[in-house]
Amino acid sequence: MKQLLTAFCLLATTTIFSQSEKYVTTMSSTLQQFNDAKTNEDLTAVAQKFERIADVEKTQWLPYYYAALVKTTMCLSGKVSNIDAMADEANNLLTKAETLEQNNSEIYCVKSLIATAKMLVNPQARYMEYGAKINQYIEKAKAADSTNPRPYYIQASNLFNTPKQFGGGCDKSKPLAEKALELFNNFKPVSNIHPTWGKEATEKIINQCK
Amino acid sequence: MLNVSIMIVLFSYSQTIISGTVKDNRNRVLQNVSITIVGTYDGATSDSIGRFKIKTYEKGSFVIEAKMLGYKTVTQIINLDKDSIQLNFILKEEINELKAVTVTAGSFEAGDKKKAATVLTALDIYTTGGANADITSAAKTLPGAQQVGEQEGLFVRGGAGYETKQMIDGMVVNNPFYTGSPDIASRGRFSPSLFKGNIFSTGGYSALYGQALSSVLLLESIDLPERSEASASITSVFVGAGFQKLASNKKSSYGINYGYTNLLPYFSIVKQKPDYFTVPQYHTSEFNYRHRTKKRGMIKIFSSFNTGKLGLRNTDIDSLILKDAFALKNWNWYNNFSYRENLGKGWKMQLGFSFSANNDKINTTVQDTNNNPVTTNISYIDNKNFNLNHQNNLTIARTVIDKRISGISTIRFGAEYWNAYHKYVFNNYSSNYNDNYTSAFGEADLYLSNDIAIKAGGRLEHSSLISKTNFAPRLSMAYKTGKNAQMSIAFGEFYQTPELMQMMDNTGGIKKLGYTKATHYLINYIKNTALQTFRIEAYYKKYNNLVKTFPDTNISGNGYAQGIELFWRDKKTFNNIDYWISYSYLDTKRDFLNYPTSMQPTFATPHTLSIVTKTFVTKWKTGFNLTYNFATGRPYYNIVFNNGLNKFEINDEGKTIDYHNLGFSLNYLPNLGKQNAKTFIVLVASVTNVLNFNQVYGYRYSYNGLNKVAVTPPAKQFYFIGCFLSWGVDRSQDAINNNL
Repeated sequence: MKQLLTAFCLLATTTIFSQSEKYVTTMSSTLQQFNDAKTNEDLTAVAQKFERIADVEKTQWLPYYYAALVKTTMCLSGKVSNIDAMADEANNLLTKAETLEQNNSEIYCVKSLIATAKMLVNPQARYMEYGAKINQYIEKAKAADSTNPRPYYIQASNLFNTPKQFGGGCDKSKPLAEKALELFNNFKPVSNIHPTWGKEATEKIINQCK
Repeated sequence: MLNVSIMIVLFSYSQTIISGTVKDNRNRVLQNVSITIVGTYDGATSDSIGRFKIKTYEKGSFVIEAKMLGYKTVTQIINLDKDSIQLNFILKEEINELKAVTVTAGSFEAGDKKKAATVLTALDIYTTGGANADITSAAKTLPGAQQVGEQEGLFVRGGAGYETKQMIDGMVVNNPFYTGSPDIASRGRFSPSLFKGNIFSTGGYSALYGQALSSVLLLESIDLPERSEASASITSVFVGAGFQKLASNKKSSYGINYGYTNLLPYFSIVKQKPDYFTVPQYHTSEFNYRHRTKKRGMIKIFSSFNTGKLGLRNTDIDSLILKDAFALKNWNWYNNFSYRENLGKGWKMQLGFSFSANNDKINTTVQDTNNNPVTTNISYIDNKNFNLNHQNNLTIARTVIDKRISGISTIRFGAEYWNAYHKYVFNNYSSNYNDNYTSAFGEADLYLSNDIAIKAGGRLEHSSLISKTNFAPRLSMAYKTGKNAQMSIAFGEFYQTPELMQMMDNTGGIKKLGYTKATHYLINYIKNTALQTFRIEAYYKKYNNLVKTFPDTNISGNGYAQGIELFWRDKKTFNNIDYWISYSYLDTKRDFLNYPTSMQPTFATPHTLSIVTKTFVTKWKTGFNLTYNFATGRPYYNIVFNNGLNKFEINDEGKTIDYHNLGFSLNYLPNLGKQNAKTFIVLVASVTNVLNFNQVYGYRYSYNGLNKVAVTPPAKQFYFIGCFLSWGVDRSQDAINNNL
């Protein structure tokens, strides 16, 4: 009996392990595809792939997170026609990620980016609503994980893109980018498939602000 | 990676390829559709010609799903038992608000919900040069409105000012303008910042609104403010202070504002044509309370109380030696309560209650050169001496129920009750009038697809003053003609109870006349992108049953108006410049009141043009706004009664000079971008009629018809400087994002 139980456990572990291996490999290859994506079509395919993985795994927050991140990236590129609807989709995916992983710094970062995308659709009418959310999520992201460089990078990037006269520009942006870079240098992702993005863009801000 | 390759080698013999195409129900290929073998990682995305190809090692029966945003998801069950499987999908478009056409005939909508011809947001109004933050002045830069400056109100498509009604949250406002003096248009009572969205409809509007023959200006009050804030203003004509307090749970808010206007300092510097013995002075106070309910409904209470007085003298037109003195005292109390709630299962409810009271005390006196009252024993001069006390109350209760039927198609119905009370004390003669008006209305918004929408409705109305019931059908349709482009057509019948003064007979009694009526037909085409809007609209409007005052008060008058209007707004072509151009062509004639025949009314002209430009120079933290209005001359008549022939006839007529007005304003935001600034400051300077054109709105004739005097603005130009301060909210963020 004991043997049987051991064998069963072993079998179960093996199954889980192989499933998890398939998950990790597919995630890695899809992340590579994300990195290499050039066109909106490429990005759409990547987002759909993450969604497929998410729908199968159901207990992993990362596929949902990445699917949302890809869609948010597309919204921010300004090259999609229906930003509102896509941002809402991204937000729905993040909500699913949140039920699996609460109070996560990375999820807050993407929420901040979604707020930016929505605000930019009609800044005049929407700043009051979304402007506050952008910063609120950045602060939540910092609070949830003080070692995460991405909230600092996002903040630096927002300020970099704001004209100097409106309180943006290099003077305001550079210190935050430097702080982000420092954190990037010490940042250890939980696994190979956990978020690592933003370092190159941070360096770019620092270079442009020299 | 190695593992994967081995796996592929090992299992390649059993690979299945599923391929096919995805199209919509109109046989157009669909790109970016996600096709998934449900329960696996395997899937594909359709390419630019709708093709897809999935490679899979799975075996057995699976559900294959095709899905894309905006389309209904389709699934098929297949057995993965062959090397290659051909599979095609047809997806049906879902009808949704973002994609569907909107019925736009006749209306200019502002707000964030729809992209349709977005103008007239609060910020648009504040930054329209020469409009001096007045909603009506800003609306006059849109097609359909005339440049009438001697009376308040919007004169739309050949209609008189009283044919346009302003509504706050669906309820008519009785005295939307400050009571003024003859021949000088006064400002609107309500600040643009009270409203989140304004719709200016110049025809063919919904069955939800009645009692307006020409046009409605729909003002939708704001919900909760974003943050608590205190504010103060010091300007060349008024001072004010107020605050808004948002509860920490962000569920409710209240606020109070007070303002005091006094034109003494201004009039002592800028000479006015009339001799003001009481300079205009106003006290304005406002209170609001807003509460968000558990089901995300809203309860809003708004109340304002204003008082005002003014007195002025003009040369008496009949004697040329004497003067006519006009004195006015006014108070106005306005209350609006509204409650909207989601009742669940697609039902929504709106309840509204409004009460307003307005009192005007007017005294006119004929005075001698020393400003003392005189009696001339010439009846047509002495008749100008009078006292009038006019009390006017309006109570409205209104309810509208919405029910979503399928997709985004909605039916809507409701009812309204108004009680309008007027009391006139003219010298010592007093009279009272009460009108109980009830109406029931219903309307359906039907979306046949994302490309075709129909709005059909009707309205039953009954006024106790008239004792008749009317039924007004309304119908409009919109059809999407291409990407970002659509056509709309509209038809509607509109009824309005005649103005009380027009219904009175010589004894002050009311003649139960009947409703005046207008029938609108319109067609429009709109093409818009996020940064540009092009709109063209043509209309024909037929007037029936207009009031005639001769031989006896009756409703045998009639008329027509037809025209073409163009609108172009562009935020794209010139870097950092937002501009719009409106052009209206109008052909109208009417036979009403004492007109001897059908003729062009004095408030209508064939050509009207407005060019509005705005730019913000970041470096100087300053916005510059320039507005040019042009209108061809308007006709004027001296209509006199010919006793011999026993009829009215035109004794003299003419046409005024063309109207030009160039308005300019600038806004300077010194603390813009200072992240830590506690006080936010906006400095505003503006001037109307920069180029000092002569503006003539019409002519008044003396009793004997020998003397005619031009009706002109009280001063050629109006200058304004002001400093607006606020604490608690960095408004500069608004300005930043207006210019991003």
